[in-house]
Amino acid sequence: MTSPPETAGKPLGALAGVRVVELAQAPIAWAGKLLADMGADVILVEPPGGDPSRNYPPFVDDEPGQDRSLYWWHYHTSKRGVVVDLDAPAGRERFRALAATADVLLEAEPRRRLGELGLDYQDLKRIRPELVHVAVTPYGRNDPKSDLPYTDLTLMAASGPPWSCGYDDHTLPPIRGPLQGYHTASHFAVLSVLTALLHRGVGGSGQFIDVSMTAASNVTTEAATTTWLVSKRTVQRQTGRHASVSPSRETQQECADGRHANTGVPPRRPHEFAALLGWLEDLGLEAELPEAVFLTMGANWEGPFDLAKIGRDDEVTAIFGAGREALRLIASKVSAQDFFTGCQRAGLAVGVVNSPDEAFEDPHFRARGFHVPVHHDDRAGAVVYPGAPYVFKASPWAISRRAPRLGEHDAEVFGKLATR
Amino acid sequence: MAEALSAFRICDFTGQLAGAGATKWLASFGAEVIRIEDPVRRGRWDILRGAPPFVDERRGINLGGAFNNHNAGKYGITLNLRTARAKRILEQLIEVSDVVSENFAKGVMDRWGFGYERLREIKPDIIYVSNCGFGHTGPYSGFKTWGPIVQAVSGLTFTSGLPGREPAGWGYSYMDHTGAYFMAMAILLALVHRQRTGEGQWVDLACTEAALTLHGPALLDWTVNGRPTRREGKPHANRNQWPPMAPHGIYPCEGDDDWVAIACRDEDDWRRFAELVGESWCTEPAYENLVARLVAQDELDQLVGAWTRPRSKFDVETLLREAGVPVSAVMKPEERIDVDASTADFGLWPTVAHTEMGDVRVDGQPVRFSETDWSIARGGPCLGEHNVDVLTGLLGLSAEEVARLEEEGVL
Repeated sequence: MTSPPETAGKPLGALAGVRVVELAQAPIAWAGKLLADMGADVILVEPPGGDPSRNYPPFVDDEPGQDRSLYWWHYHTSKRGVVVDLDAPAGRERFRALAATADVLLEAEPRRRLGELGLDYQDLKRIRPELVHVAVTPYGRNDPKSDLPYTDLTLMAASGPPWSCGYDDHTLPPIRGPLQGYHTASHFAVLSVLTALLHRGVGGSGQFIDVSMTAASNVTTEAATTTWLVSKRTVQRQTGRHASVSPSRETQQECADGRHANTGVPPRRPHEFAALLGWLEDLGLEAELPEAVFLTMGANWEGPFDLAKIGRDDEVTAIFGAGREALRLIASKVSAQDFFTGCQRAGLAVGVVNSPDEAFEDPHFRARGFHVPVHHDDRAGAVVYPGAPYVFKASPWAISRRAPRLGEHDAEVFGKLATR
Repeated sequence: MAEALSAFRICDFTGQLAGAGATKWLASFGAEVIRIEDPVRRGRWDILRGAPPFVDERRGINLGGAFNNHNAGKYGITLNLRTARAKRILEQLIEVSDVVSENFAKGVMDRWGFGYERLREIKPDIIYVSNCGFGHTGPYSGFKTWGPIVQAVSGLTFTSGLPGREPAGWGYSYMDHTGAYFMAMAILLALVHRQRTGEGQWVDLACTEAALTLHGPALLDWTVNGRPTRREGKPHANRNQWPPMAPHGIYPCEGDDDWVAIACRDEDDWRRFAELVGESWCTEPAYENLVARLVAQDELDQLVGAWTRPRSKFDVETLLREAGVPVSAVMKPEERIDVDASTADFGLWPTVAHTEMGDVRVDGQPVRFSETDWSIARGGPCLGEHNVDVLTGLLGLSAEEVARLEEEGVL
């Protein structure tokens, strides 16, 4: 990694000029994309025949095909692709030549595989001392449990998230948020890469970094972990809200259109009661709410409420109860989207429960430029992709190219290496 | 000693988890993270300061267990930014900082007179990273969020559920954690850029937008194929869509709310699983290949669940591990922290020394660096705990002046 290439007026991503070699494996594909979309030259190495995730659905027009997987398209934007057979001597030579040009090696191989091939960190650092080698395994490189077969589901079950997620009804299973185990591991892989590059940038050496996928989710469970570490108590899962040692009130509300909203923290400031009352009047609903009088009291309350009085002081309890009832009534009369925006305009942190595509189509994200057209040479129009997770002003995020076809950049990458 | 990031100083206004979690990573790798808090409100903007869990019967703004967890290794100072003197001190701090980080609602920094343009006047190459629910532009930029709201709006709540039921969502603020990871990435990326070009910048992070990037294949299925996620039979979170697998789910076991996760990735896994279970249904044509098993997945899940039901989750785990099939007990917090030796062996729960709480275990980092590893040893700062250290050591004030400023309500 030297200084970034010259810009011809157009600002480059923060990682322009950083070369990352990624050995294709599903758990780290997201890490590679995060680096590639910030400008790194990510070279994705696949085995002959291609990485299995090329054949994951969904497919374009539902027709299977190695270059038709939308899963592949998403996770490998901005990367170049080469085929290297690590099981053949010539392939290993190619890989060494490639590694000799790399700033970062990102891999999630079985923990002993690279060592057996003579391609592990101790081998590669001889030819590339500044290499940052990030190895992602289920339990870390030193734990034999990393040899066990795994999927996103089993990793997450092992490391905590499902225990906290599900329904009040505990005859229903704990729930896993799909793919988030791989995503969380990838986030820590990226943080590690960037941290090691910064260290190198102030004169430090390359190094080997051991990322544990189960450890990553273990430290991504919020109160489940801290509650046990600090007070040796166990949280219990609840529908649509934080798992908790003691049950808490429901926060998920079905709205008039059958969709849901999360009501978050109920109103507790005078101006919030005032706004709620105004909204109720606008909708012509105050007659339907016998407790409306308490909203008026809440709106006219002097100074902040003493929240400790809820359940003890009749007046305060009635005011807060009226706030909840007003929200319930309004939700039953309006769509989840209108409930969301109406509550937010009243100053309440409420959210509509969108599906991913409903969220994607929301004008807010369009206005922020989240719909990103990407050119595909074999398609008539551009394909619209999800955009940047963060908006950089000087060194922008960008999708520089569609995901690579199998071996698409073999000649380009290895031709250059041969003439070095 | 952690030194990977010891060259960098962070002037840190973050709090709660979505912000504090970001600078925790930086501090654990040796960055000097200086938290700024408001003495008038006793730091209560960060609601975790005085919130449970607690180590004992004591309560107070220095005793919140989650606050300690998310702020281990940071320094803490108080500045009453309603006063001109505190503003001047903040300017001095910004002059010697690399990054200003915050996760307030949009507009708060501007109201204090420390918006990006002003920060840049104070230090031309400053990196400013803001993190709020909807970001600083767009129609919802004034809206308020916390983790569950971000998860609801961005689709994460929806995708975590069972068909025909309301969303189960997330039983914790997954997007506070993950928003913090994106924020830490943003800070590090901006530091890389500045290290190579000398140029600072503002990064506008919207947690809802970051969350939306986690639905890539579903979003392309929408933009390319026009297929919505809200449809009959979806979501079915414990099943796998990409690639499809069957059986694949979380099944009941004997015991108190005990469950086991099982995934058959391919025909080999299924054959090994079927041989182990050895019941008549295992050889029925209805389950002989993946296509058939996917069609009959509801019945198959019933049969697998009937097999796991009388067994303990750890027995099922042992049996399937021996058979070479992906499996894991659904681990309770006490099991993954104190029973599964792999987390302790990794050093995942370091003990920190907190000035008032004493020794407490916290979340460590799930990575190990061969040359410049992380270290988490000091607890989260009590309110204003490092006023003297930072103001005298870094900014050159005298101890007497610090004492006077504390008396005058500036600190």
